[in-house]
Amino acid sequence: MSGLPLVALVGNPNAGKSALFNALTGARQKLGNYPGVTVERKAGRLSLSDGRPVELVDLPGTYSLDPTSPDEQVTRDVILGKQDGEKRPDALVVVVDASNLDNHLRFALELIALGLPTVVALNMVDLATRDGLELDANILSRELGVPVISTVAVRKRGLDHLRQELDGLMNGAPAPYTKGPAADFDTVRSEARRIARAAIVRETPSRRLTAAVDRVLLHPVIGFIILLALLFVMFQAVFSWASAPADMLEGWVTALGEAVTNTLPPGIVHDFLLQGVVGGVGAVIVFLPQILILFFFILMLEATGYMARAAFIMDALMARVGLSGRAFIPLLSSFACAVPGIMATRTISDPKDRLTTILIAPLMTCSARLPVYGLIISAFIPARDVGPGIGLQGLVMFLLYVFGVVGALIAAWVLRLTVTKGQSSGFLMEMPKYQWPRPQDLLIGLWQRAVIFLKRAGTIILFTNIVLWVLMSFPKAPDGVRQSEYSIAGRIAGGIHLLVEPIGFNRDISLALLPSMAAREVAVSAIATVYAIDAEDDVEALDKGLGERLQGRWSLATALAFLAWFVFAPQCISTIAVTRRETAGWKWTGFMIGYLFVLAYVAAGVTYWAAVAMGLG
Amino acid sequence: MSVLPLRLTDLPLRQPAYVDLIDWAALTPSEGQRLREFGLCEGASVEALHHGGFLGKGPIACKVGRMTIAMRRAHAAAITVRTGPETPGSELGA
Ligand SMILES: Nc1nc2c(ncn2[C@@H]2O[C@H](COP(=O)(O)OP(=O)(O)OP(=O)(O)O)[C@@H](O)[C@H]2O)c(=O)[nH]1
Ligand SMILES: [Mg+2]
Repeated sequence: MSGLPLVALVGNPNAGKSALFNALTGARQKLGNYPGVTVERKAGRLSLSDGRPVELVDLPGTYSLDPTSPDEQVTRDVILGKQDGEKRPDALVVVVDASNLDNHLRFALELIALGLPTVVALNMVDLATRDGLELDANILSRELGVPVISTVAVRKRGLDHLRQELDGLMNGAPAPYTKGPAADFDTVRSEARRIARAAIVRETPSRRLTAAVDRVLLHPVIGFIILLALLFVMFQAVFSWASAPADMLEGWVTALGEAVTNTLPPGIVHDFLLQGVVGGVGAVIVFLPQILILFFFILMLEATGYMARAAFIMDALMARVGLSGRAFIPLLSSFACAVPGIMATRTISDPKDRLTTILIAPLMTCSARLPVYGLIISAFIPARDVGPGIGLQGLVMFLLYVFGVVGALIAAWVLRLTVTKGQSSGFLMEMPKYQWPRPQDLLIGLWQRAVIFLKRAGTIILFTNIVLWVLMSFPKAPDGVRQSEYSIAGRIAGGIHLLVEPIGFNRDISLALLPSMAAREVAVSAIATVYAIDAEDDVEALDKGLGERLQGRWSLATALAFLAWFVFAPQCISTIAVTRRETAGWKWTGFMIGYLFVLAYVAAGVTYWAAVAMGLG
Repeated sequence: MSVLPLRLTDLPLRQPAYVDLIDWAALTPSEGQRLREFGLCEGASVEALHHGGFLGKGPIACKVGRMTIAMRRAHAAAITVRTGPETPGSELGA
């Protein structure tokens, strides 16, 4: 903790606190047009006009200081100075949504009554204008007794003015005058309405864009079909849009491999670079386009306001398995990665609901599984159309995702009847207004994802793969024995193989299973490395793509079993760590690992046996 | 201008109404708190916008003041409304 003055951003969910935080500190906190995006305290630094640094904290949104969920608890604790090892903020920036003033002012009044130096950011004035509202910040300021600055956080409007007011606060401007003990809820609400009405200078009836769009998107039948269609298009796109850039990347990786071969003399350094680094990590990096396409869709869903609609549409179905539509948002986020998905369950108020959602979040196919699906699908599923514009590969990908979602719902249903039994909770949620995402925000979001993915490839995937390469390269196998089997790694894999042979897994897969827990993509780089090592002297084999080599060594039944395994696959280390933290212990974490392991084994086994019975073995 | 009270679940879509009574006892304390925080109280103006529900009865989206909120039917059934623009003589309402 630093000794700097501490300023907290606080307000209702979706008011634009994180957008303001990013604009003021240059940080890149996640934004999204739905309530409950920020679920933990995030600190950043801001310089006042005299150059003095101030620590600014972004907090989860909440409707009052009476928390009903873990994320709201964080906000309350920080504001009241109850967070362990944290001092109480020296000043508050209360963020209110100008287009929803009467509601947001109620909480603003509650915060102002705390008596801390406060400035109000009247954010989203652009949306208020779109709704035909014209507001007077001066009237608002006079009524509230604190400075009020109009801002448009995403367009960086009003920031200088806001900084100036912060200067004033930090230089000992008087704290707001508070009228004795806190008034009761209804009084504060009436007061908020009165002030909001006073601040509205003009109000012209406006077209209700959001309600009109919702008539279609929230329609009981059409809305559900649109949601399914959206997900379907998303996974079709992952295959069809990605092929050109992926081929290009693959060309680069091959060229890099050739460069290594041409410049370095044969020997251990050459082998290490070619097999362990370029071959292994390269096999993962070619999936960058697919991952970016997936993220493009997820970012669009988050930025437009559709997430809350998806929750609305899914609520009836989720209620049947004992959850609420609320839980669908963390689950959708888990398509990107289970770690933020599990964090996002903090917005769920009921503890059993939340625990159930955490336990099933890893069943949602995360982006790290994409390379595994992608590799197997492109190797074993022919790239032909099964309908107008519907590719078979994309269809199989979609089915794998559906398999994960259905598995998650069934798991939730069983859990809710057994270990997480309890009253089913309700569904109460604010539906944000639609916004069209700005292209530059989308591009920045994609850029960030690309950097994260490449960093991952360059660190944990590379590192795991190097360890694996060493374990696979020594001791050297005598002639006629496969290096990948004779090596240390091969012998360990031999042990694992005994366990997984019944479900159709071969030695290559056995070898990839353990390291893929570090990061799932390692399953791909590990298999690539196995083949590179075994093909050492076989120039012809090296020229083949990884997919082609797989076709030669795996039966279709094995490939399908491997896919089924990865739908449920034992979780990566990060997921296990975040589960341990969020469930505060090993008990549920162990339970989660255990049940997913059993499910993965059974699913792979059933798939394999069924496929063999159908003559695909 | 006001007519017989009816439940929010029965309120025709896109018909302006205001809250007549909320049966707080039918809601859990935290649900009640959340509804209050959404601005629902006796006299507040409401308008049912969309009824969801595929595979069973779904939630209801309604406008409260300037905000659109979604709630389950069970919550909406605890809210009694009267049609009409707003409470006569009340300073509440949007
Ligand atoms: N039009 C407009 N959109 C804004 C403005 N400020 C933020 N947004 C958008 O509103 C949405 C919510 O912004 P966030 O900054 O994520 O809101 P938050 O208050 O941090 O929300 P939580 O973390 O959920 O409490 C995002 O889609 C932003 O891009 C603004 O001034 N004008
Ligand atoms: Mg935020």
